[in-house]
Amino acid sequence: MTITEKILCKHTDLEEVHPGMLINAKVDIALGNDITAPIAINEFRKAGGTRVFDRDKVVLVPDHFTPNKDIDSAQQCKVVREFAQEQGLTHYYEVGEAGIEHALLPEQGIVLPGDLVIGADSHTCTYGALGAFATGVGSTDLAAAMLTGEVWFRVPETIKIVLYGRMQKWVSGKDIILYIIGRIGVDGALYKAMEFIGEAVGHLGMADRLTIANMVIEAGAKNGIFIPDAITEAYVRERAKRSYTNFTSDSDALYADMIDIDVSTIEPQVAFPHIPSNVRGISQAGNVKIDQVLIGSCTNGRIEDLRVAAGILRGRKVAPYVRLIIMPATQEIYKMALREGLMEIFIDARGVISPPSCGACLGGHMGVLADGERAVSTTNRNFVGRMGHPGSEVYLASPAVAAASAVLGRVAGPGELPGIGG
Amino acid sequence: MMKFKGKIWKFGDNIDTDAIIPARYLITSDPAFLAAHCMEDVDPEFLKKICPGDIIVAGENFGCGSSREHAPIAIKAAGISCVIAKSFARIFYRNSFNMGLAIFESRELWNIVSDGKEIEVDGEEGSISITDSDFVRFLRIHPIPSFMEELIKDGGLMRHLSKKKE
Ligand code: SF4
Repeated sequence: MTITEKILCKHTDLEEVHPGMLINAKVDIALGNDITAPIAINEFRKAGGTRVFDRDKVVLVPDHFTPNKDIDSAQQCKVVREFAQEQGLTHYYEVGEAGIEHALLPEQGIVLPGDLVIGADSHTCTYGALGAFATGVGSTDLAAAMLTGEVWFRVPETIKIVLYGRMQKWVSGKDIILYIIGRIGVDGALYKAMEFIGEAVGHLGMADRLTIANMVIEAGAKNGIFIPDAITEAYVRERAKRSYTNFTSDSDALYADMIDIDVSTIEPQVAFPHIPSNVRGISQAGNVKIDQVLIGSCTNGRIEDLRVAAGILRGRKVAPYVRLIIMPATQEIYKMALREGLMEIFIDARGVISPPSCGACLGGHMGVLADGERAVSTTNRNFVGRMGHPGSEVYLASPAVAAASAVLGRVAGPGELPGIGG
Repeated sequence: MMKFKGKIWKFGDNIDTDAIIPARYLITSDPAFLAAHCMEDVDPEFLKKICPGDIIVAGENFGCGSSREHAPIAIKAAGISCVIAKSFARIFYRNSFNMGLAIFESRELWNIVSDGKEIEVDGEEGSISITDSDFVRFLRIHPIPSFMEELIKDGGLMRHLSKKKE
């Protein structure tokens, strides 16, 4: 069996599972946010629910429209907060101790290798980076999981993605996943698991792996997964407060498809509007003037991302009439960035710092685009209107490309900056 | 119990959730209202043609697009007994079972039947039978596992769970 099949199997009473089988599985973590949890809470009550199946396993993180954007979002957050209080949930994170759910859960050791995680948010797939099975579901699924601790799945087939070669300078996990989406398309992995293996994975730190797993949904996948190794272990060991299991794929596991990627041939990538598969190498970007740059989100708002951006922005200024928004993904990351002096670099470069929140990523608040405006963003979706007006445009890229673009006022790679070099 | 018999109505590939129930009708989740606009933009005559129990047969990636749970609700409330497609979009697949709509995958059926043809589906056995004048043709499909079957019988996931609690 593959690692995905093994984790699913382990959460049932079955001896073996195969792709296509429908199974009922126990969940280790069921996650909701301020948009999806209120609907689930309502369904939970309608079904006669009084207590959640396990108060340690239901995780609620209000992050999309927090700090409360307006009266409606304040009402939504209130529903979530009161439910968390009433149920005595261990993992409820108020603004001030929280951040974006998908950055927070791995960081706090809430999600661990071998876990089965569902979340009423499509980017729940991020946790596959830790060697967990994690996937996005609807609010009704979350309601059912809160009630029973179980959820049904169709066991996915797996596409094996073998990464080999040495990455060029300025190439990151973001560039690898954008390149893959560009190659297989937004439904290239529909229903399926994407398993990332190969020698190049050994050169990818946790931050890069989390970015890659975060965006597998942009290729239609059910989940993305990495087999735990020494890098995973080092990340998890200091965070875990309970036991966990490292799974691996059997040598005779069956795969639906196999894709080989020589990462040494990849240059920094940019996904042009309005679909994440519209990807070009930075050398083919042309002269695209921009109005805003966003560095942050559950895709690229980790400390490693901020360090890369600060390295490029140190001693430089954002181009005139361009706004730079820095969005650290969690309070912990915010604090580290402060201690390391990164925030000062961003402010000196004329950037503004947003509190940890989804905010500008979904055109919610704190960085919404006007008609005709263009943004380079380190987020994961560039659909029409994703960050604001339907007439605005989003270019998805890595923190390095985003930072360089902010300085040059157009879509550009760091190699174009004097004194940096490719 | 998991047997469906009805006339089939064919649709092509990539029928998205906007085609199933246009976004302009999402002002409510009332099943009767949603049913009244089911498939309206693809086939305005659809509701006039169908009888209770009829079956939708579609191509690839049925139900792609948004994650709205209104789509399977509309199809079910319109009286369609089940949907058989070459493939389904992932979240539509989940939502259908959660809303109590039976769905099956068959790669062959689409190619061998035409509109108005009556077929019989046995979800327990995992078969589709198509009767022609002198012989009956069988196609194999994945049978519905028992817990999913209960889900459909009870009218969806949440009703199934509340029933189990009683
Ligand atoms: S940061 Fe963006 S993609 Fe991530 S959870 Fe928030 S809204 Fe979704």
